[in-house]
Amino acid sequence: MHIPDGILDPKVWVSAAAVTGAVLYKSVKYSQRTLEHRAVPVMGAMAAFIFAAQMINFPLLGAAASGHLIGAAVCAILFGFWPSTLIMSTVVIIQAVMFQDGGITALGANILNMAIVAPAAAALTHKLMQKLSLPGSVSAIVSGWVSVVTVAAVGALELALSGVVSLQLAMSTLLFWHGFIGIGEGLITAVVLQFAIRSSFAFAAKEMAS
Amino acid sequence: MKKRIIAWMAVSLFLAGFLSLFASSHPDGFEKAGEKAGYIERAEVLLAAPMPDYSIPGIGSWLSSSIPGIVGVLVTFAVFVFIGRRLGRKSK
Repeated sequence: MHIPDGILDPKVWVSAAAVTGAVLYKSVKYSQRTLEHRAVPVMGAMAAFIFAAQMINFPLLGAAASGHLIGAAVCAILFGFWPSTLIMSTVVIIQAVMFQDGGITALGANILNMAIVAPAAAALTHKLMQKLSLPGSVSAIVSGWVSVVTVAAVGALELALSGVVSLQLAMSTLLFWHGFIGIGEGLITAVVLQFAIRSSFAFAAKEMAS
Repeated sequence: MKKRIIAWMAVSLFLAGFLSLFASSHPDGFEKAGEKAGYIERAEVLLAAPMPDYSIPGIGSWLSSSIPGIVGVLVTFAVFVFIGRRLGRKSK
């Protein structure tokens, strides 16, 4: 879901960058109040893990296409929305600047999609699942799936607003592929969360944030 | 906690430095959809990155894909910790 340069219209990527800037400003303010120094390496390790996991493209059965983890749901369930935006932004920025994965003018949009919309969708879904008192693994799978599909829908909207494709075609093609990729995201999220909880990552971060 | 962080970093280095060599090279969902919808051919490169597409230009062997993964994991950790330490507040 990394958008390269040359596809988004300037009015779209400038607006996306402005929204991203405003949200990240709030994230910074939030972490200045609540982020404890001792929690930082735990989140740093999770950022590094998500960077690594995003490199593992899994094949979509029977199709000449692949998908990979975003990781926003893992982050959001463990650490909550605001810290997740910083963790995911770090990953997305490094991918663009060092590895040309995602464009430099599209950076604001890519952060908006994968570091803001994705953890927001996952955090909200997770909260809803908890209210319905569904088991953690179910919540992980559903939150992972919803985060990917939501990003695909927002991405489709950005493409349509850029005038490079009709909204209907962008929605149908992106949602089709990401409906499958989301299943991978959900399953990986559930497995990774098991290990992260066993490492008491969430506990560590929360304990330190209080 | 330090041991657990080292374990997570070791797994990340394994994923990025080794398992990534076996990752699917098919286009991802965004590119695949873009082939059908026709937007992906508009893609261009405005900023030449040092390791484009997670490879080192000029190196032919598996190291060309392995090294960027390892560097990326270490840089991601370092950058987050650097920024986090400056943003966060000191523990009592």
